[in-house]
Amino acid sequence: MKYYGEGLPGVDAGKLAGKLIVVEGADGSGRSTQMELLKNYLEGKGHATVDVGLRRSTLVSEELQEAKQGNVLGEITRSLFYATDFADQLENRIIPALRAGFIVLADRYIYTLMAREIVRGADHDWVRSLYGIALVPDLVIYLRVSPAQLVERNFRKNATLDYWEAGMDLGLSRDIFDSFIRYQRLIQKEFTQMQQEYDFHVVNGNRSVRSVAGEITAQVEGLLGI
Amino acid sequence: MKSALLTELPGKLVAVEGLDGSGKSTQLYLLKRWLELRGLKVYFTEWNSSVIVKKATSKGKKRHLLTPTTFSLIHATDFADRYERQVLPLLKAGYVVLCDRYIYTAFARDAVRGCSRTWLHNLYGFARRPDLTLFFDTPLPVALSRILAGRPQLKYHEAGMDMGFSADPYESFRLFQERIYHEYLAMRDECGFVTIDGSATIEEQQQAVRDLVACSFDLPSYRWKSMG
Repeated sequence: MKYYGEGLPGVDAGKLAGKLIVVEGADGSGRSTQMELLKNYLEGKGHATVDVGLRRSTLVSEELQEAKQGNVLGEITRSLFYATDFADQLENRIIPALRAGFIVLADRYIYTLMAREIVRGADHDWVRSLYGIALVPDLVIYLRVSPAQLVERNFRKNATLDYWEAGMDLGLSRDIFDSFIRYQRLIQKEFTQMQQEYDFHVVNGNRSVRSVAGEITAQVEGLLGI
Repeated sequence: MKSALLTELPGKLVAVEGLDGSGKSTQLYLLKRWLELRGLKVYFTEWNSSVIVKKATSKGKKRHLLTPTTFSLIHATDFADRYERQVLPLLKAGYVVLCDRYIYTAFARDAVRGCSRTWLHNLYGFARRPDLTLFFDTPLPVALSRILAGRPQLKYHEAGMDMGFSADPYESFRLFQERIYHEYLAMRDECGFVTIDGSATIEEQQQAVRDLVACSFDLPSYRWKSMG
């Protein structure tokens, strides 16, 4: 494997035997459902897997959770807090698992973080260099779902829209519904721009769970040569 | 982000850098007293003191969870929090902001820990360069003896024990400080440090610091308006 940029001091990416598979997509894109199906599929075939996701590090996840409630962090501080959370999981979970030959399933990766920062005005080069510590995944699946469909699924699941997933901190609109649609469009635009550079496999997530899973499985089979 | 860094702000940013035991904190304190007594708007901030990040930092340090990269990132987060909430707004409000350690501390320490210098410089790319950076150049044996004289309990990261230089905390501390000292020397010219001779007496050093500050800035313009 290799790094996007400078990488991590003291960790030789060439010596990692496992595979890193990333699933990206907004809340309501079917990400968690697909991650679970993929995990079952791989374990059924006898592959060992490890799940990682954003805001799950031992180091700073509690603090990030707290900060999310209060909206007390500045833009750069929040970016760096998330980068710390990512780096902690990369070094303490992802890399040890890859070294041991596991398939690491990442529920979101640096792309969501980068898109969120850039939409909020962060400098593009700054963000890219910051995440130059990240490993290049073996496969990135991007579940693309129209904002209207996302709203519907979020309402069906929680009967409410999340403050952050609606980008309310950006002040796009005081109306959460309106803000959600506009924010998700901005994020999708960023993903479209990243698509080629980061080699996303875009999956149309507006379809049924089964047909989306079928497409993901086919990609993973191609990767693993099964 | 970059264009904003070049705009002139009403305030001034002064940073002190140097080894532990170089005497920089004492000197910065005396500078602060002098400016305050002259009725100027002064604010002091020190490295690693953001309340929001404090818990995570101490948790990471206690459990030895930190790698060079996460160590660097958590300190950058701490710095960003103080920078965004205090340093930058105060500079906009026309304060003289005094920083006990600034980005150069991270450049030196994290480079010794193995982080890429290019990555580090980009990481702190959001921070304005100080209007004046004072480097307290104290001979290594002097700085070491000030810290080690009382055989204090050295903290794990403070002693650079994570580097595996030596199993003895005092020896590890010496080796770690020596490497940091060399990083400082390598940055000195490029980053425009003004060197203060740390082997002079406290009074002599303070006189040099006050002279420098007085001739670098138009001090009366930083007075509280109400104090005329």
